[in-house]
Amino acid sequence: MIRYAKPTTVDEALALLGEDRWRILSGGTDFYPAQGAKPFRDNILDVNGLVELRGIAEAEERWRIGARTTWTDIVRHPLPAAFDGLKAAAREVGSVQIQNVATVAGNLCNASPAADGVPALLVLDADVELRSAMATRHLPLGDFILGNRRTALQPGEMVTAILVPKRSAAGMSAFVKLGARRYLVISIAMAAARLVVDDGVVADAAIAVGACSAVARRLAGVEAALRGQPVTAALADTVLSAHIDELSPIADVRGSAEYRKHAAREIVARAVRAAIGLGESKVAA
Amino acid sequence: MSTVRPGITQSGIERADIAFEVNGAAVSVSVPPVRRLSQVLRDELRLTGTKVGCDAGDCGACTVLVDGNPVCACLVPAASVSGATITTVEGLASGRLSALQASFLEHGAAQCGICTPGLLVAATALLERNPTPSEAETQDALGGVLCRCTGYRKIIAAVMDASRHMYGVDHRLPEVGRAVGASPIRLDGVPKVTGDEKFGGDSFPADALAVLVVRSPHYYARFSFGDLTAWAGSRPGIAGVFTAADIPGHNCFGVIGPFADQPALADGFARFRGEAVALVAGEREAILDLDLTDFPIAWTELPHVLQPCEARADGASLIHQHRPANLLTSGFVERGDPDAALGSAAVTVSGAIETSFVEHAYIEPEAGFAYRDGEMLVIVACTQAPYMDRDDTAKVLGLAVDKVRIVPTATGGGFGSKLDVSLQPLIGLVAMKTGRAAALAYTRNESMMSTTKRHPAEMKATIGADAEGRVTGMVFEGDFNTGAYASWGPTVANRVPVHASGPYLTPNYRATGYAIHTNGPIAGAFRGFGVPQATIMQETLYDELAGKLGMDRLDFRLNNCLRNGSETVTGQRLESGVGIGECLESLRPHWSRALAEAEAFNAVNGASKRGVGVASCWYGCGNTSLPNPSTIKVGISGSGEVILHQGAVDIGQGSNTVITQICADALGLPLDKFRLESADTAISPDAGKTSASRQTFVTGKAAEKAGRSLREQILRFANVSGNATIALDGPSISIREGDATRRIDLSTLKADAGGLVFVAEETYDPPTQPLDAKGQGKPYAVYGYGAQIAELEVDLKLGTVKLIKITAAHDVGKAINPVLVEGQIEGGIAQGIGMALMEEYIPGRTENLHDYLIPTIGDVPPIEHILVEVPDPEGPFGAKGLGEHVLIPTAPAILNAIRHATGVLVTKVPATPSRILAAIREKEARR
Repeated sequence: MIRYAKPTTVDEALALLGEDRWRILSGGTDFYPAQGAKPFRDNILDVNGLVELRGIAEAEERWRIGARTTWTDIVRHPLPAAFDGLKAAAREVGSVQIQNVATVAGNLCNASPAADGVPALLVLDADVELRSAMATRHLPLGDFILGNRRTALQPGEMVTAILVPKRSAAGMSAFVKLGARRYLVISIAMAAARLVVDDGVVADAAIAVGACSAVARRLAGVEAALRGQPVTAALADTVLSAHIDELSPIADVRGSAEYRKHAAREIVARAVRAAIGLGESKVAA
Repeated sequence: MSTVRPGITQSGIERADIAFEVNGAAVSVSVPPVRRLSQVLRDELRLTGTKVGCDAGDCGACTVLVDGNPVCACLVPAASVSGATITTVEGLASGRLSALQASFLEHGAAQCGICTPGLLVAATALLERNPTPSEAETQDALGGVLCRCTGYRKIIAAVMDASRHMYGVDHRLPEVGRAVGASPIRLDGVPKVTGDEKFGGDSFPADALAVLVVRSPHYYARFSFGDLTAWAGSRPGIAGVFTAADIPGHNCFGVIGPFADQPALADGFARFRGEAVALVAGEREAILDLDLTDFPIAWTELPHVLQPCEARADGASLIHQHRPANLLTSGFVERGDPDAALGSAAVTVSGAIETSFVEHAYIEPEAGFAYRDGEMLVIVACTQAPYMDRDDTAKVLGLAVDKVRIVPTATGGGFGSKLDVSLQPLIGLVAMKTGRAAALAYTRNESMMSTTKRHPAEMKATIGADAEGRVTGMVFEGDFNTGAYASWGPTVANRVPVHASGPYLTPNYRATGYAIHTNGPIAGAFRGFGVPQATIMQETLYDELAGKLGMDRLDFRLNNCLRNGSETVTGQRLESGVGIGECLESLRPHWSRALAEAEAFNAVNGASKRGVGVASCWYGCGNTSLPNPSTIKVGISGSGEVILHQGAVDIGQGSNTVITQICADALGLPLDKFRLESADTAISPDAGKTSASRQTFVTGKAAEKAGRSLREQILRFANVSGNATIALDGPSISIREGDATRRIDLSTLKADAGGLVFVAEETYDPPTQPLDAKGQGKPYAVYGYGAQIAELEVDLKLGTVKLIKITAAHDVGKAINPVLVEGQIEGGIAQGIGMALMEEYIPGRTENLHDYLIPTIGDVPPIEHILVEVPDPEGPFGAKGLGEHVLIPTAPAILNAIRHATGVLVTKVPATPSRILAAIREKEARR
């Protein structure tokens, strides 16, 4: 027999995680497709009873997004404009049916290079809260996802929250998804941009691109080029001429590496334009 | 045989009691807590209205409401609904149909009906909070539900318009004698919106053995089995393992007898990835928990070929020893002297086009069950061709054909792939060997791996015209990758050369089509049998020719289109009924408007450009130069009903309705007196396969003849003239001529074994003639025609395409049911859009519905249909076929529009953003 447990408190869940190997079942939207028609052979820790892990809370220093918060929860919760990109990304995760159950932490733990939630959280400087029965630790999101389907989760640990520092919850943001059809599509590439504007000038910029490297990446060269620039439509040109060396796209059924490289720069420019209110944020064939 | 320990699965998870509410009723189930909610609803609660299309959240067919929110039931663990309130499609009607259900019926928003429950449930959640949604809101709410039949436009209209259907359904039943040309809602429509319709997987007997298929993971491999008996014996609940060695008959099937080459279970060699090699049958719970990773089979991979060029190369290993050069067969048509014509042409153009495997992607994976009924083997499954299933299944299982009965269920889309047998011989074998009912529903993955595809084509052609813009000659050659087994490869090889000219006068012509074996998936029938591919080649070259000649592209086509009295490339003189000129003519105002709008847009926009494209189609209805009969039986029962044995399987296209409309007017009785018997081979005569756009024409003609014959019998019985009218009134029939009325009490007449007191059975076989060595002859009795305009916008920086509008003019001879015709047009266009822009099946890589993309509700633009009715002298009431025609012009019209917008022709479809941008950048680099 394999074990199944559905704890109702995080402490109980962590105790279970400490005593055995488990596969965590949360929203189920990656769990079941990965399972396919195969029989279950792993112990399953069903975290859907952990009420305390669902929801968004504002504290003094940061926003706390519980691990089980769904994408629909993100869309519906009132949040500052800096989260507009995250909300836009939330609307692009699968379909409404998926968004109603799929969780933010699940999107991170699944660690797909094409995870729609990751670029939007990267530009918010999000940290991942990991807990085990022994300890709690925080990792920057960029250090949590290590590669295609690989994370820094240790045995006995689970993600309990995503934390966005207040200083990063500033400015305006946007998200642009590039896919080969209008709905329910795995991104060819996607970009998130968050700009803090002070007196008509870009005071700070955070830019990230997904599906163009094993893990979504922040674009330091683009961010540097944008800082200090006046906020006009010409910001897009700054992006188009900025230095990008973080991306290493692969060719697959969705597009060539060459295409991704080119398109990534273009959608970053559009995300920047959209963040300052000058463009549309959806690109679908 | 051992059984599963009660309450506990073999090595799985302990069951739990889970209580919740479904459609207002409290229920409790005992299942493993991680069992998918979709399985719980279907298997435990028998609520089969919730469909399973992919088990991965990719299709939305299993959408239900949990506490009011739409979710994919296939992704929800049973434990999560403990204490929750669930609404399924069965809960939408309360006493009478909901406004949304009524609206779906009246708009014709349900075709096959397999996606309908998911759409209705998702739309119900939308309408709860927004009773009058906009188009964009509707699309946003339904973006997660795929439909393969309708093209979505009628779904959008039905949802937006739902609030106006509060007071029940108007069935729009026509008056007596006026059924043809009216649009009654589909006669089989109501169960499709209530969830009552039974598809292939919806009526499995509770005690049926479940069947798992062991499939090859390799493109080409030798294999041998270990100790199957020991393996099965050590697993509780497993009833047996069956291999090719167990097949009692001839382990070789195929839709075209002389080419039959496919084993039901591979024997020692598997020739493509996904080929079935063994069956495991067992109790349902045991099979759900069965791990096949230690199944005793040893594979030896062999070198494989996936491309026709590799397969044709000298020294390539032969996939079938008796087919040299891996050539299955070829088709050839030659007329006049094409080389001389091209040599002396004022202008010539040449090009090459490559297309991809296309998956049918019906939302219903193959499913059915088999059982023994005395001496008879009964197979209840979805299909397009019950009699062909019967014959192939009987052959494989070594049974006489009259000992196999095929009972078609509702079929959740087919588009050609459900013409071939899939699971029928497999479940039949298990039922025969075990004596128990055997049930199997393919997973999405195995449906995609193991069933047929559209042939990828590598085509080249040259077309020449004189200085006045008249086409003088054309040469076409195409390699069609037919995969590992024959299936419909010969049909594609033959149909393509007959149609590659398009509906245009081409006096000098040579076309060759080759069907070449590879270790790719089996390519078979898919809406158009190769003609959609060939039309891309021809229609893109026509644009180039018009450009070289400096002619308007529509004028150029009108200049060259077939007219009454024209001879086709097979030398067939078309005396009348040629409607392509009318189709193109009817597009003229739309063409001018579209060109002007594109020009205005392009004058002020640089980053994206608009383009307009046009393309035509013609398509011969029915088999190519082969017998193709349909038989229809219709009678009057003693209780005063018209019993129509409607053997033309309705896979969503509407034959249940259309054939009845034709028969009703021929007979002179109203639609509401008709009761339909299904295409069950034990009940109804053979009306042929649902294929080749033949049912409205061929079966329709048989229905017309049968209806008239039945009417004559009744009139003769009453001794009145043909001017008399008849009416059914309870168990009597009244016949009126002038002032005289005669009433016949039907209960006093002698009924036959089927309870019929009057009965007629008529057969129709379209008159065709064989093609000679040069492909000359009369391959079809009836052709249908059409032309479409695509308007779109290309993002020059990203290569993405936004479709703006499709205008479609189709000559259907006579629209028997105009709303159903529109549904066919919109659905065909959606598939054409997919083929043009996104659909590419790559074995081993896109065997699911998230890597293999079909259009969603946001990908089909508004469609304007123009129904052209140039009656055909042969077709019933002048009608022509339509089903395949509608998809043929779409992809070439889109490619032509992309070229108009960007100046580049994408020569490999699908024209993905990546390919379009590469073509644009290549052109820029050449500057």
